[in-house]
Amino acid sequence: MQLVYFAWIRERVGKSEESMQLPGGIATVSDLIDHLCSINDIYKAALGDKSVVRIAVNQTHVGLDHPVTDADEVAFFPPVTGG
Amino acid sequence: MASVSVQAGDFQIADEIAALKNGRVDIGAIVTFTGTVRDMNGDLKAMTLEHYPGMTEAELGRVAEEAEKRWPLVGCRVIHRYGRLEPGDNIVLVITMSAHRHAAFEAADFLMDFLKSRAPFWKKEETSEGGQWVDAKESDTDALKRWG
Repeated sequence: MQLVYFAWIRERVGKSEESMQLPGGIATVSDLIDHLCSINDIYKAALGDKSVVRIAVNQTHVGLDHPVTDADEVAFFPPVTGG
Repeated sequence: MASVSVQAGDFQIADEIAALKNGRVDIGAIVTFTGTVRDMNGDLKAMTLEHYPGMTEAELGRVAEEAEKRWPLVGCRVIHRYGRLEPGDNIVLVITMSAHRHAAFEAADFLMDFLKSRAPFWKKEETSEGGQWVDAKESDTDALKRWG
């Protein structure tokens, strides 16, 4: 799967995107965030507070319970501030 | 069909109106909204807008399509800039055209409300104290409620 990051989440992760093999047992966006946070404190600092993380799967806004597959592009970002 | 652009460069409002109008004489009402970089405290050097290429265009297209379903528009144009902008610079342009003014006003208002809460843009302000990401406003989320 492809992971992409924006704004302060991108700065905390330290990269704008990366490829990752989706580990078994991960069904939803929420599971994926838990998995990333368990890898190290960098992901934890970026994604640990799920209340401020917004998600898009394949470039469409989704909620934490949305399913994920290894073919997906999953984006993590703070609430948007355009306009 | 709505026309949506995400671009680094500036836009010329009169040129955009003329292009959208395209010689038609049955329009009656043209509403434009322009959002610009605001320096509230006299300390803003610049603002950098980051966005999600691909999703930004798709999301703006979805919002414009929804506006066209709700109101009888004969023209709809959205332009949003990204990159480094200075106080006073244009950020966003919305143009709506309809036979009557209410549809054009309401559709432009709707487009801005949804754009502000759905289009994947993030602002970072640059002041004498350094760079600071702009926080999303709860009032922007609340603004969606009036559209049902």
